[in-house]
Amino acid sequence: MDPAQSAVPPTIREALRTLSSSEDGGRILSALGSLKRYLSGAESPAPPGEQEEFARRHFSDVLRCLVDRLSPGWLELLPDGQLEDLWASFFLEGPADQAFLVLMESIEGAAGPSFRLTKTAQLLARFLRAGRMAAVMEGQCRQQAGPAFPPLQDALLCKAVGLPDHLGNRLRRENLEAFLPQNYFPLLGEEIVRVLQALVDSLRGGWDCSVSFLSQVLGKACVHGRQKEILGVLVPRLTALTRANCLWQRVCWRLVECVPDRAMEALLTGLVEAASGPEVLSRLLGNLVMKSKKAQFVMTRKILFLQYRYSTPMLQSLLGYLAMDSQRRPLLIQVLKELLETWGSSSAIRHASLPQQHYVSKAVLICLAHLGEAELRDSREDLLASLMAGVKSRLDSSLPAVRRLGMTVAEVASARIHPEGPPLRFQYEEDELSRELLALAAPPPAADSPSEASPAVAPVAAETPDRGSANHGVPQAQPEATGSDLDSDDELVPYDMSGDRELKSGKAPAYVRDCVEALTSSEDWERWEAALRALEGLINRSLAAAREVSVELAKVLLHLEEKTSVVGFEGLRQRALVAVVVTDPAPVAEYLTSQFYALNFSLRQRMDILDVLTLAAQELSRPGRLPKAPHCGSPSPASQPSSTQAPAWRAVVEERIRSKTRRFTQGSARRGPDASPSEFNLAAGYFFFPLIRHFDRPLVTFDLLGEDQLVLGRLVHTLGVLMYLAVNTTVAVAMGKALLEFVWTLRFHGDAYVRRGLLSAVSSVLLSVPAERLLADLPDELLEARPWLA
Amino acid sequence: MSGMAEKDASRWVYQQPWPARKMTAPPPTMAASPLPPPDPQFVLRGTQSAVHALHFFGGARGQERPLLLSGSLSGLVHIWSLQTRRAVATLDGHGGQCVTWLQTLPQGHQLLSQGRDLKLRLWDLAEGRNAVVDSVPLESLGFCRSSVLARGQERWMLAVPGRGSEEVQILEMPSKTSVCTLKPEADAKPGMPMCLELWQADSSPRPLLLAGYEDGSVALWDVSERKVCSRVACHTEPVMGFDFDSQKARGVSGSAEKALAVWSLDEQQALQVCGTHELTNPGIADVKIRPDRKILATAGWDHRVRVFHWRTMKPLAVLSFHSATVHCVAFATDGLLAAGSGDQRISIWSLYPICRDASTPLLGHAEGGEVGAHALA
Repeated sequence: MDPAQSAVPPTIREALRTLSSSEDGGRILSALGSLKRYLSGAESPAPPGEQEEFARRHFSDVLRCLVDRLSPGWLELLPDGQLEDLWASFFLEGPADQAFLVLMESIEGAAGPSFRLTKTAQLLARFLRAGRMAAVMEGQCRQQAGPAFPPLQDALLCKAVGLPDHLGNRLRRENLEAFLPQNYFPLLGEEIVRVLQALVDSLRGGWDCSVSFLSQVLGKACVHGRQKEILGVLVPRLTALTRANCLWQRVCWRLVECVPDRAMEALLTGLVEAASGPEVLSRLLGNLVMKSKKAQFVMTRKILFLQYRYSTPMLQSLLGYLAMDSQRRPLLIQVLKELLETWGSSSAIRHASLPQQHYVSKAVLICLAHLGEAELRDSREDLLASLMAGVKSRLDSSLPAVRRLGMTVAEVASARIHPEGPPLRFQYEEDELSRELLALAAPPPAADSPSEASPAVAPVAAETPDRGSANHGVPQAQPEATGSDLDSDDELVPYDMSGDRELKSGKAPAYVRDCVEALTSSEDWERWEAALRALEGLINRSLAAAREVSVELAKVLLHLEEKTSVVGFEGLRQRALVAVVVTDPAPVAEYLTSQFYALNFSLRQRMDILDVLTLAAQELSRPGRLPKAPHCGSPSPASQPSSTQAPAWRAVVEERIRSKTRRFTQGSARRGPDASPSEFNLAAGYFFFPLIRHFDRPLVTFDLLGEDQLVLGRLVHTLGVLMYLAVNTTVAVAMGKALLEFVWTLRFHGDAYVRRGLLSAVSSVLLSVPAERLLADLPDELLEARPWLA
Repeated sequence: MSGMAEKDASRWVYQQPWPARKMTAPPPTMAASPLPPPDPQFVLRGTQSAVHALHFFGGARGQERPLLLSGSLSGLVHIWSLQTRRAVATLDGHGGQCVTWLQTLPQGHQLLSQGRDLKLRLWDLAEGRNAVVDSVPLESLGFCRSSVLARGQERWMLAVPGRGSEEVQILEMPSKTSVCTLKPEADAKPGMPMCLELWQADSSPRPLLLAGYEDGSVALWDVSERKVCSRVACHTEPVMGFDFDSQKARGVSGSAEKALAVWSLDEQQALQVCGTHELTNPGIADVKIRPDRKILATAGWDHRVRVFHWRTMKPLAVLSFHSATVHCVAFATDGLLAAGSGDQRISIWSLYPICRDASTPLLGHAEGGEVGAHALA
């Protein structure tokens, strides 16, 4: 066949011929026996030189021949499965790499399910069970001394890592357990450890060898996405082995260093995930980040800035790893600077998602916890500048979560970066996230300067006893109510009596005008408060009187300040204002909308105006609204009322009446007094158009398109709600047109809250404007909106 | 039995000096969150004017639920069924003047109603009738509620405010014979009587009268001897209502001021104040002890009904439902509490259910006839 065949020793040639053609069991047996002599560990071995020669040049031919001959009839040439055992022993005892390759080859070459495929697959499983993969890899590691066979190595690498895929493709439903990736890769991991063990032993013995094949196997397995399986086995073993052994550590570092660059990311992320802490990571990786550019890129940029799916413990072990060695610490400072820069960049705040911002914040805090004061002092100016920029842009944000994040990070980070300065303190409600961030700021137990971080932890520690004592204060405050029952049989448990307060209704004015007077001029705070409390009821009771002073009253209420701490002041004022608007919609709404764009109002007042308009519109548009007792729901302007909802019971009752009633004439059944004109119909225009008119004219104190984007967001939401409530009114079409134009001008606004409002506004246009009018009257606007939405 | 009662009372007076009871620390388990404030079981609407008098009637025999009688500012008496929660009848006998007091008699279905039209009417309610069978003219225009001592089947005693501003008149009914007029001594000047209660200790046949006066004092009259046994100043403002627990010889009174007073009666028939209890808001219009003597309720001008533990005066609940002054409270024998208010509503509450314990005899508010049969001398 090929020229090498000619140099085959006659015994081998003879045996091969017998094997390939003979049907006689005895001859085959003797031929196999003669070949077996060339395998190591035989009873009467051939000389070592010939053995080596055989292994290198003829073994794979023998194996191929054996595989080719495999058939049920052939195996039965000798009784008791003798032949099968002998056949298998060639694969299991001969040189592992060739046996592995031939097995894989024959499996891949099989056309479909057959006896031979089953047998070879079973043999491969035995091969794996017998730990021959270790032999395969060990062979490659030792071969570096001799001439390398890159194609052979590549083939082995491909087959070793791709084994589950190949087998799965070939065997399909008959696949064996051992070849499933979740079983195979852990096995591969075990084998790698065994090879490493052998290598370490031989290094101790002064032998030279290389781990690069193992690195390649490891890297490739990781690239194939099997980090969890293979590293799940490998990392714990290596963690234990490297604990007190320098040689092992060196081998391990070498193992990671030799991983090809394209596999580095997969391996490192897997390692960071699997390692149980920074110390372990440091033992496994050594100073890899300093040696490999790729590794440095992955560890300091990719994991931190480009991805944000990793858990907090992973971040902690990664950054802890950077902090553990003096050579790597400059890298950590660099990372912190870059992190803070990202954290502080306003465009990042606007464009990065909230989880990513959380991720970066966590990384910043962990870095800060690891860095000592001296290191921080050198770059304090830069860090503070980035931090403050970030805090400022975050506080400007209209999303509460972003604001809170800014406050939490600012408090902790400023305490660490600038411990001598006055502490920053914000008022925010603690939630799970802020608590997590605060916990991260506490330095790890092995940090350089645990005492320096105490200011950052202090607020948490200080608050806890406070809360505890407050809890204790409650029972002490009411000993009369609870305690001192001298009789033991007393089973009467008191109810909650906290609502028992002094009654203050004595001075409540009885007329709306009195209220106005009391609110404007009264110095008697009890009367002032009573007037405020009574106002809503008075307005609803005497509509005519309220109408006379409606605008005046609205003016008073709008300018009202909370001079004493009245419980529920905001709600009282808001409800009163809503009542005024509902009583006399047109003029009051006109007044309020004009004031929205007036000078000298605070943002709070402007937002109050929007809230009041929303609630009043909701009230006016409520079907079947009783003119006497309007009920204001939750004061949140975003909540949308459930509109016309036909009561289910009515249908049932009507059905029952119909079934029991006999009609003599066919006539139209009378309708109940269900439908009533929406009172919002008349007033919708007064609410809507003045608000939408002036938004692009900045005032000295108020710039909607500039930095007052929070108010703009509220305005957009309000307009959307007004539009929604204007369903079935005559002005709805005009309103929809104006609103769509308004939306068009703002569609690329930078603030997420505003954009969300725009979307809700468009939705309410689509809901409120009748479909046929939508297409007939505002086709241009719709066409314009479509490419934006699509 | 009577000895037991007195001994019980004295033990209470001397060994449990209320209100010096702030000494013990609260048990730690009480720090758990208290029960939320209760809601009324149901509300009766439809009197169309302020409710000034309430009285439960019947239901003592346990089978059917009691009826509730209410007297309103417009002079009507409504009879409410607690089963259907509707008014079953309306009695109009006071010419549009406020009805201030309602009381049923044990014998037959007879109802006494006192109105500001200076008439005390006796109604026959038996078998669905609602006719005035008798009428007693009154001579005092005050708000003082009358009182009845009806132990006998035939004759019963009635205390009404008398002609003179400080007088109390005792009548024998049904003959309407004036037994006597109780007039304080000339130098006492207690002002008008504000509330009355006739009672009779089990041990003696002598009827006694407790009267709260305008100057804030409570006096105990011996009716037969027509003299004041004892008098004690409980309040600085007029006494608006009181109730007396004859078994424990202890009473509680409310006035226009910001406190409740608890007083007791010792064996020498001397009244003494045991203590006062501060309230959040001033003004108590009515006080009632539940028939099982476990709790008491006050009708407050602050629109709230307060419930206290009667023995310890521990506050138990503040019932805030009404939006105007609560004028009257009443307990049924089954423990139901009714409160009538200026907001024209009657709220019915069910708190701390009575455990049916036969050993504790009930007070005779709701059903005077439960107490026993003693003929008047």
